[in-house]
Amino acid sequence: MKLKQLESLLGSLQQFSTPKIELEQYPTGPHIASRMLYTAENSFEDVNSKVVADFGCGCGTLGLAAGLLGAESIIGLDIDAESLEIAYENADELELDMDFIQCDINSLNWRGQIVETVVMNPPFGTRRKGADMDFLSLAMKVASQAVYSLHKTTTREHVKRAALRDYNARSAEVICELRYDVPQLYIFHKKKEVDIAVDLWRFVPQRTQERSL
Amino acid sequence: MRLLTHNMLSSNIKGVANGFPLKIEVVTVVEKEVEFNIEFLKKMFSKVEWKALAEASRTMGYTELPENADASMLDSDDFLHKFHHALLELHLEEGALVCPETGRKFPVNKGVPNMLLHEDEV
Repeated sequence: MKLKQLESLLGSLQQFSTPKIELEQYPTGPHIASRMLYTAENSFEDVNSKVVADFGCGCGTLGLAAGLLGAESIIGLDIDAESLEIAYENADELELDMDFIQCDINSLNWRGQIVETVVMNPPFGTRRKGADMDFLSLAMKVASQAVYSLHKTTTREHVKRAALRDYNARSAEVICELRYDVPQLYIFHKKKEVDIAVDLWRFVPQRTQERSL
Repeated sequence: MRLLTHNMLSSNIKGVANGFPLKIEVVTVVEKEVEFNIEFLKKMFSKVEWKALAEASRTMGYTELPENADASMLDSDDFLHKFHHALLELHLEEGALVCPETGRKFPVNKGVPNMLLHEDEV
């Protein structure tokens, strides 16, 4: 599938109707989502025939993008029932089978190394400090192959250091810097649109054998 | 929820030592056809807990999986098709997942298990 086609399909998906401020529910736009998954597949082969989990999936955009690029199994996790309902309808619309779990990412127990790739647009941690790093820490435990995540560019050094030192990353690379248009969703947004610089990261966890050494 | 997903979920209640596998209570099972992918199945065979998968599939009304399995069975097309069906095509649509240690039920509605914990379980 071509990038343009992917972006256009994702553009047709429903987004949050009433986003929840405490969960930092910002939609992942089709522009960013398509580039994220297209790169994951075409540069790194982390999507096709893989088990892909979308952490904090919201309306399901990233997971569904993985599905469109041939992921064998996609699992979306979110704490918010309303988001999951929208995601469910979006999956239906694209005729993709996506499994969903309503859960708090921070208190979910995983077994084994079944999930190969985690994709996520975590809460940036502006409302609850460290929320993005909690997501990253868990994603690194769950994924056996790669983690793709978005973090504010201003936190680049911190993210890199934590990933390599604390979260068992074999590598942590910024693939590209993107502009994240946060539309005026919440009352505290004074400007009509807030443009935030975000990094698209690819993290590679240590292999299981290496972890046990 | 497919049994592939069931195979990686574990009870997350505070203090539970053996939260895997979650027992399944069935109200409704649906089947959705998925394209057969041999390479994927071979890769997954080494990662899934076979006993948990076999038991879960029996609970869901599919009795074709053997009690035990080893890698030599992957040469059999018949075995691979059964494994494929159990792992990817059976969905628990309505029912519950039950913590094997405490009996706490996690409801499954419209295919989505609710694994949210109460405050005193975190």
